[in-house]
Amino acid sequence: MNARARTRAIAIGVVVLVAATVAGLLVGPARIGAGDVFRWLLALGRTPEGMTEQEATILANLRLPRVLVGGLVGASLAASGAAYQAVFRNPLADPYLLGAAAGAGLGATIAVAYGPSGVVEVTVPIAAFAGALVGVGLAYGLGRSGIGGRTATGLVLAGVAVASFLTAVQTFLQQQRSETLRQVYTWILGRLGTTGWDDVRLALPSVALAAATLWAVRRLLDVIEVGDIEAQSLGLHVGRLRLAVVVAASLATAAAVAVAGLIGFVGIIVPHTVRLLVGASYRAVLPLSVLFGASFLILVDLLARTVVAPAEIPIGVITAFVGAPFFVAVLRRSGRTA
Amino acid sequence: MGRPRSILVAFALAFVLAACGADEPTRTMGGEPPSPSPAADAFPVTVTGTNGSVTIDRRPERIVSLSPTATEMLFAIGAGDQVLAVDDRSNHPPEAPTTDLSGFEPNIEAIAAYEPDLVVYATEVGDLGASLESLGITVLQLDAAADLDGVYQQILALGTVTGHEGEAEALVGRMRAQVEEIVSSVDPGAGLTFYYELDDTFYSVTSDTFIGQLFTMLGLENIADAAGEANPYPQLSAEYIIEADPDLIFLADTECCGQSPETVAARPGWAGISAVRNGGVVPLDDDVASRWGPRVVDLLRRVADAVAAAEERAA
Repeated sequence: MNARARTRAIAIGVVVLVAATVAGLLVGPARIGAGDVFRWLLALGRTPEGMTEQEATILANLRLPRVLVGGLVGASLAASGAAYQAVFRNPLADPYLLGAAAGAGLGATIAVAYGPSGVVEVTVPIAAFAGALVGVGLAYGLGRSGIGGRTATGLVLAGVAVASFLTAVQTFLQQQRSETLRQVYTWILGRLGTTGWDDVRLALPSVALAAATLWAVRRLLDVIEVGDIEAQSLGLHVGRLRLAVVVAASLATAAAVAVAGLIGFVGIIVPHTVRLLVGASYRAVLPLSVLFGASFLILVDLLARTVVAPAEIPIGVITAFVGAPFFVAVLRRSGRTA
Repeated sequence: MGRPRSILVAFALAFVLAACGADEPTRTMGGEPPSPSPAADAFPVTVTGTNGSVTIDRRPERIVSLSPTATEMLFAIGAGDQVLAVDDRSNHPPEAPTTDLSGFEPNIEAIAAYEPDLVVYATEVGDLGASLESLGITVLQLDAAADLDGVYQQILALGTVTGHEGEAEALVGRMRAQVEEIVSSVDPGAGLTFYYELDDTFYSVTSDTFIGQLFTMLGLENIADAAGEANPYPQLSAEYIIEADPDLIFLADTECCGQSPETVAARPGWAGISAVRNGGVVPLDDDVASRWGPRVVDLLRRVADAVAAAEERAA
């Protein structure tokens, strides 16, 4: 794909993201007229005339942060998935590959079961964030320390072992405190229903740092995907690059998990859809995964809070329910044209 | 996460079993002088539980209760002496012989080790009932009651099987009278709206549930009814709760999730809700609110008090 086509694809991605964001702000269980939403946006946070204080509060404190967090989470998971797939040369690699999900689950369980009650909305995200990083750190340490000879495969296997171990610990703790089951599972199913500005503040720094890192190495991802030996022969320090990517992607994943729970599927489906549409170069795949990942999750969340409104559906259910058929459709279409 | 099915099952169970912690003094229980021991020749007796018709040959003296609600009922009808062991969630009354037994993850061997002559339980987990029966243990399942009549029937059934029929009838009579008195004390025409919170991710209950009916009896209007055509336990959108602007908010997540009127007021966008502005956020005891035992009368009274206070503020 040449530079012009890439620019055009990215421009389309930006338009889609803006449209998704606006749609996310326009639609919700509280009926607020489209005109009011636009006037509220133009008034930059002040309550425009003819709009109730309550409607302005709903837009400012519920819908806007929820759309922003949805976008951040979707972008993080999709970009992390794309990056993991590159450095592990594994099309099924997802952001949770190296034990991030199991670590986050353990962290959240400890916070719910043994942490102070009443402040779980603060402690759970922080514990989940820390747990995700601990999980990946363990997997990386084990993978490097020799089993599998410091290869991509060695890391993946270490990740599997660490995930199983952490999940076992989490399940044990949870059974010890079965009264916490519901809270833990509500969290694991993934949710944006209680999202506020706190979550934006929590996620934004990690996501920004990760995005900058991945952006800086996007060209190198094309090289490493060919193979470790080939990349080394081109003068690339494979181990160091892989570490940088793992750290960046894990940071973004940990932030996403911390604010939204475990939302599956986005990290695999979005990068592959992008590849099917624009080809395999990470110079296009990475930015487009960010844009489409953000758009996808904002739109999925829109469904989560409107389909059975005023009730909600756990977002993790819809990502797979909507994502899988969509992915199959893209797969079939690309199979015919290729 | 390769276990979505077990997650959903556990999730559903957690709703039924959600019972968290501490106690609150009760106004309905105890205080009755023990009636004379019933004649042993009343047995065998046959009662109907959730598991069908159950025949008890002798007055049971080694009862194991795996249901916190059944435990409360057994002690309230004076059958506490016959109770040998209760599950880890049975925290009321304080003298109940709480053990490590779990009604949520029941261990058949551990239950059988008590050599019970009757096991009372609420939720059929796996083949709990059949497994115990195959060991020759009599089981009585009393699953969550659908309404107050169901509660009364369970109390009467436990009275029959333990030989405390008279006390069970007296308890049911008292409960009926108290419920009637509470219901007649509130003004049904006020039409106050309420939001009932099961947890801090805004799961709620509709009027189709046992707990929801209690509020309907007091003339309250449930904002979750708009969301619960298919599902009696809907998860509401925060947006919707704020827009619905309920007059009262009842917190059944004070223990499990540490919620209080203060934490509710601190949620983004919630400060403007009528219930929050007018002091209409009412903390409940999670345990009482998730059981269908004798203390349901206390719960009803607490709600009625909150309604009366809200009407007073409005007047």
